[in-house]
Amino acid sequence: MTTVHERPDTFHDNDQKPVGHGRMLRKEDPRFLRGRGRYVDDVQLPGMLHLAILRAPVAHARILGIDTSAAEASPGVKAVVTGAMLAEQNLAWMPTLSNDVQAVLATDKVRFQGQEVAFVVADDRYAARDALELIDVEYDVLDPVVDARRALEPGAPLIRDDLEGKTNNHCFDWETGDEAATEAVFGRADVVVSQDIVYPRVHPAPMETCGAVADFDAVEGKLRLWSTTQAPHAHRTLYAIVAGIPEHKIQVISPDIGGGFGNKVPIYPGYVCAIVATIVTGKPVKWMEDRSENLVSTGFARDYIMRGEIAATLDGRILAIRTNVLADHGAFNGTAAPVKYPAGFFGVFTGSYDIEAAYCRMTAVYTNKAPGGVAYACSFRITEAVYLVERIVDCLADELGMDPAELRLKNFIRPEQFPYTTKTGWVYDSGNYEPTMRLAMDMAGYDALRREQEEKRARGELMGIGIAFFTEAVGAGPRKDMDILGLGMADGCELRVHPTGKAVVRLSVQSQGQGHETTFAQIVAEEIGIPPADIDVVHGDTDNTPFGLGTYGSRSTPVSGAAAALVARKVRDKARIIASGMLEVSVADLEWEKGAFLVKGDPGKTVTIQEIALRAHGAGDLPEGIEGGLESQICYNPSNLTYPHGAYICVVDVDPGTAQVKVRRFIAVDDCGTRINPMIIEGQVHGGLTDGVGMALMEMIAFDEDGNCLGASLMDYLIPTALEVPDWETGFTVTPSPHHPIGAKGVGESATVGSPPAIVNAVVDALKPFGVRHADMPLTPSRVWDAMRGNARPPV
Amino acid sequence: MQVTMTVNDVEVTREIEGRLLLVHFLRDVLGLTGTHWGCDTSNCGTCVVWLDGEPVKSCTVLAAMAGGHEVRTVEGLARGGELDPVQQGFMQCHGLQCGFCTPGMMMTARALLDRNPDPTEAEIREAISGQICRCTGYATIVRSVRWAAVHEAAAAAQVTETTESDDAGEIANAGQPAGSLS
Ligand code: FES
Ligand code: FES
Repeated sequence: MTTVHERPDTFHDNDQKPVGHGRMLRKEDPRFLRGRGRYVDDVQLPGMLHLAILRAPVAHARILGIDTSAAEASPGVKAVVTGAMLAEQNLAWMPTLSNDVQAVLATDKVRFQGQEVAFVVADDRYAARDALELIDVEYDVLDPVVDARRALEPGAPLIRDDLEGKTNNHCFDWETGDEAATEAVFGRADVVVSQDIVYPRVHPAPMETCGAVADFDAVEGKLRLWSTTQAPHAHRTLYAIVAGIPEHKIQVISPDIGGGFGNKVPIYPGYVCAIVATIVTGKPVKWMEDRSENLVSTGFARDYIMRGEIAATLDGRILAIRTNVLADHGAFNGTAAPVKYPAGFFGVFTGSYDIEAAYCRMTAVYTNKAPGGVAYACSFRITEAVYLVERIVDCLADELGMDPAELRLKNFIRPEQFPYTTKTGWVYDSGNYEPTMRLAMDMAGYDALRREQEEKRARGELMGIGIAFFTEAVGAGPRKDMDILGLGMADGCELRVHPTGKAVVRLSVQSQGQGHETTFAQIVAEEIGIPPADIDVVHGDTDNTPFGLGTYGSRSTPVSGAAAALVARKVRDKARIIASGMLEVSVADLEWEKGAFLVKGDPGKTVTIQEIALRAHGAGDLPEGIEGGLESQICYNPSNLTYPHGAYICVVDVDPGTAQVKVRRFIAVDDCGTRINPMIIEGQVHGGLTDGVGMALMEMIAFDEDGNCLGASLMDYLIPTALEVPDWETGFTVTPSPHHPIGAKGVGESATVGSPPAIVNAVVDALKPFGVRHADMPLTPSRVWDAMRGNARPPV
Repeated sequence: MQVTMTVNDVEVTREIEGRLLLVHFLRDVLGLTGTHWGCDTSNCGTCVVWLDGEPVKSCTVLAAMAGGHEVRTVEGLARGGELDPVQQGFMQCHGLQCGFCTPGMMMTARALLDRNPDPTEAEIREAISGQICRCTGYATIVRSVRWAAVHEAAAAAQVTETTESDDAGEIANAGQPAGSLS
């Protein structure tokens, strides 16, 4: 079932109060508007000390010695700690989320510029940073490995000599699909197109950097940790394992988070340092990294060097897709993805097309760069997969001389083929692609745009139209094959209805701006008819919420949202039994109408959920076998991922004199199944589209040949401002997920996944008169200028 | 050294280090944590406050330089318990997500509307171009500021109509906006 809607009016008073799904203002806004948000750096505890980290100035060097005496004597300094000291406590190394290890503080060598070497704890932030200057580290500088292509060359410097028996910089190999079958299809295809495509290293750079306040109470033996984490429960479990503190004695509090985008999924050395520092000093300790530290040391994204190949018939039937990927994982494999998916969900690189065969081979290497890899709203690497397939499909359209929209329409998986198993084994739950594509084309006025382009080309003006169509895979994940360090990717939810009919719902996921306090109240309201305003949403505190894996990979709605709906249904089932007693009829004679039970055929006889709540807690009889109270809890384990899709069209103008790209229009039609709060969905889409402009045109974490990070500040790492982005045009279709209790799919990363190929396709389309078939991101004026002169080159 | 300044209409005097930044003075010394910081390079604008009515990046001003001057922060944006129309606009038009850039954006927006009560979309984008929002994609921020402009104009018109009336603050009753942004 698909319904098609027009773009909603975007400027109106927005004060609807639905009891359930629908456009509704956010419950969390009043505190933010008054400056009363509570972020980690806002936490002030009595006697709190401040921690600052000394970082490596070079990318690869052996540490010969560290002299901390001058720093220790610096005014206000309480402690100076090095890797050697941590090693004595067996704390110098910690596990990463990908079964590798990472140094908390370097002991033997530094392996990337910005790596943590020592920390200072002092009375205030200024004193701590003063003392950093006084730590004297003697380095023996080694040759770095900067270019991933050279990491496996014989004689390349060995980065991970800490790993026993390691003799090269190989990280892992991975493959998916059927190599032989794909080869056979390529062999008989009319047309084969191949293209080298780089998705450069970028950084999520949330406006709030990462940090923590650690407070260890030695008497209670309890550690309280306020931290910038998207996954408080998973972090608590890992701290228990790393630090040896019993799990029930750790409380992780994730207060308001100033944006995450995957940057706040990993455990960073700074968090562990803050924990060590509070234990050592007996005082609460705050660590907040500055922007440069955030950019040089915390989880980056992408860094895939890809070769894409596509095979097709002359009339434009896509037969097979094949790709070879070199993945740069930095100095430690810190990828945050389900363990059995070392390349995340890159396996969906076959996109939205019904093809005969597919194959991917990947090699991952270590380099002297910061660790990370899965971040920046990437949906576990679906950004890379969608970019690859949507770019290569455009290359094929160019080869065939076919319109890129027509080529896509011709090859879409058809609605009757769902659930559709791809050639790499993913089971797409539902989809109806053509109406989504047609709506985007209608909104864009596609044919008129092509005519305009033709006229402009005749005048020498450079205008481009780019299309991208994506299928996402979100909501990790089914416990049969998805876990993070052995933890199943399920989420708990607890719902309690108070005697007066108000309620509290407790979540294991953690908002970083997604508006959970509103949408989860709406999900519950839809099921039990209590207005969202009467439902308090509690999250971000491991002592007060059920266990679950947290918010990333667009998993909150698919997993935790399902849990919230199901727990509300459990409460409603109990309410029905209590109502049958109150109305003295059998359960089967009751009908539910949002907020009340009615006796069938006797509409005058009714009890509201509020009346039932009072009876559940009050005096008087309850039906036999029913306990008092009206509450329940659940742990939801999804049976499959959800597969949202979308059609994006971008229109750009390129200045022939300066090579400056201007995004003139951007049309985004998203299908995320059932829509809980359209206002919030639109906001999520807008944010992701802006990320896309950043990645396609501006953002890149570059390195020089010595491994110096060239994107270490917001002056060098350019993020879009209001001047670089257009007013977004959004639309939607609705294809519910068949297995999600309310039919919803995730949407938080759709736009980040879908927009970069749309923009790049538009720029390449604009440059067609110069014979350009591909140009790598970021399409800065100088890189576009080079492409116009036949000199397109990879960014790394 | 000692510094005295007026913050949100209240005079404060504190003993500080000469190098203390205004943003840290507001947050750590006065506990006004509504003003945020997000960079070291004057690029992000999450720290914007007013110094004598002008928006400034408080990470780039020494607390000592604010001595003798008037500072206003997001905590001082609502007057008389009533949210400023800019604050209401941000809520109505979903101009915030994580809320981290929001105080700075609202301080700039208020200053813009004080100078230019009917700014175009381009003027709004220009005004906030020194500030980064990583969540919203800016379109809803632009709409939020337009909402405030339209509702302020409507409220002012109402005040003129009902002379001696004191309901300029009742923005919620102030009629529908004139039309769409584009
Ligand atoms: S903190 Fe970024 S501009 Fe002031
Ligand atoms: S709302 Fe998150 S940075 Fe603007």
